[in-house]
Amino acid sequence: MNVIVCIKQVPNTTQVRINPETNTLIREGVESVINPFDMYAIEEGIRLKEKLGGKVTVLTMGPPQAEEALKEAISLGCDEAVLLTDRNFAGSDTWATSYVLSQAVKKIGDYHIILCGKQASDGDTAQVGPGISTHLNIPQVTYVKKIEEINDKKARVERMTEEGFEIIETPVPCLFTVVKEINEPRLPSLKGKMRAKKAEIRKMTAEDLNCDFDKIGLDGSPTRVVKIFTPPARKGGEILKGDIQEIVERLAKELKGEI
Amino acid sequence: MSNILFTEEQKMVQELTRKIAREKIAPVAAEYDEKEEFPWPIVKILAESDIFGVYIAEKYGGMGGGVFEMAIATEELSWGCGGISLAFAATGLGTFPIILFGNDEQKKKYLTRIAKGTVAAFCITEAEAGSDAGSIKTTAVKDGDHYILNGTKQWITNGGEADIYTVIAMTDKKKGARGATAFIVEKGTKGLDFGKKEKKLGIRGSATREVIFTDCRVPKENVISKEGMGFIVAMKTFDYSRPGVAAQALGIAQRALDESVKYAHERKQFGKSISSFQGIQFMLADMAIQVEAARAIVYRSAQIVDAGEKNIAKLSATAKTFASDVAMKVTIDAVQIFGGYGYMREYPVEKLMRDAKITQIYEGTNQIQRGVIAASLIKELKQK
Repeated sequence: MNVIVCIKQVPNTTQVRINPETNTLIREGVESVINPFDMYAIEEGIRLKEKLGGKVTVLTMGPPQAEEALKEAISLGCDEAVLLTDRNFAGSDTWATSYVLSQAVKKIGDYHIILCGKQASDGDTAQVGPGISTHLNIPQVTYVKKIEEINDKKARVERMTEEGFEIIETPVPCLFTVVKEINEPRLPSLKGKMRAKKAEIRKMTAEDLNCDFDKIGLDGSPTRVVKIFTPPARKGGEILKGDIQEIVERLAKELKGEI
Repeated sequence: MSNILFTEEQKMVQELTRKIAREKIAPVAAEYDEKEEFPWPIVKILAESDIFGVYIAEKYGGMGGGVFEMAIATEELSWGCGGISLAFAATGLGTFPIILFGNDEQKKKYLTRIAKGTVAAFCITEAEAGSDAGSIKTTAVKDGDHYILNGTKQWITNGGEADIYTVIAMTDKKKGARGATAFIVEKGTKGLDFGKKEKKLGIRGSATREVIFTDCRVPKENVISKEGMGFIVAMKTFDYSRPGVAAQALGIAQRALDESVKYAHERKQFGKSISSFQGIQFMLADMAIQVEAARAIVYRSAQIVDAGEKNIAKLSATAKTFASDVAMKVTIDAVQIFGGYGYMREYPVEKLMRDAKITQIYEGTNQIQRGVIAASLIKELKQK
């Protein structure tokens, strides 16, 4: 079972700050980490390899320092790492990014499953995973919380929905985006860290990937960010306390709009 | 302290054990302290992260570090919990006799398992043989290809949980200390049983138990070094393990300092954070000075041991005594800075104070350590 895991390096914070002038993320002064949701994709990839053999290739598009994220993935047990880095990629939106990643997947070849986290903690779009599968024209299942069965022909997975879950069977190769319910990511090992230190990270540019230059970077991105703003914080609910009879009556009145 | 002088490997050990301590150990420390259970889930994490092999040679599956790497790991893990860290640190105590005196077969057989996360324990203390280790009553009588062990060991850290026990027993009582021999005994050996589980003041996330030998037959291949070397094996083991105890004390002390600084900054009285009061500032500064001095001596002693210095008893004893006295002092100060909250179990510092106390007592009380240091001083004078 050959697995490709797509990851993103993100700022290590839940309080993302936006530059109001450029409408882009402020990355300065914030430590970078692997997108937390991608950690579940990495873990699931490693588990598939441990169970079924094969290898796990981890893939990211980003600036040269994204190499650190790939090395961390290797320290956890991924076998190979590919960094897509090129000034021409700068400014890519989710469509252009997923195009570049899909070109890399084609270049790497020989895979059964592509795994992605359900979304990135900075942009929160949840679009790149599905975008990759669309560019590759392979099936996708989003919000996967369990891989029930998998072989080189087909897979059966549980997919989380708001109401519960669906069981979906899909041909392989295919792409899954995973939710945190799928597993508990491991910590790196010392031997893994040493392997990561020595690991060669393959680097690829737009040219290496035979990218159509009209489809990448800021100019190749159809998205235009017009404005970014912080929505007003939600007001907390009210907890009714006291005698059960009284609070039920009060609740009923509130619901009827009598108060 | 800056880790700028560390090798890449040492930085990795520090980084990983720090991550484990912060993410996996510290959040459950109070729970293990309360329940007094052995932290098997943490042992599993440490094993999977290769931490058990930090001080074991590469050819036996370890990462090839020494006492210094072990001290770095022990310090970080003890920051998370001074009790839970003992699953790792006391395994080291049980392992050093094999590392220092074991033959190649013993090393191959046992060190490879320990590097993968098998817990070990060292059995020397008895009810009437504490600081006076020469008065051990456990006996080992030769019977063909075996030795038959009888006796009861007391307060054995990792007792009952460990799979591998290194045991000091008397093969010839008439010879006193020179009649002691070290053995490796595996859990499951007939005649090896476990007695009373101790209820302790601190380090309650560690197991402390009686280990009982009743006509326990141990093959002669399991003798470490040779007959009569038991006392030397034990003393040399302590020389190597004392920087580890010192590192445990250091981790506890660093935690006390970190918690105190954080709390003093958050706690407001008279309309200001208490860290703005000079009385508190001086306490924090004194704590920091002591912790940093302890770290300097712990790291240095561990590095000197690793560099192969032969006469290390005085230095090891100095590191252990100083770091454990510092841990006691700064944890008491931490409780003081927290005030009433510090006395409550809801806050982490009273536990640090309870955990710190043992480091002044075990692996040789600090009085015994001072005796060792004084004896070395006098010996050095006579050699001049």
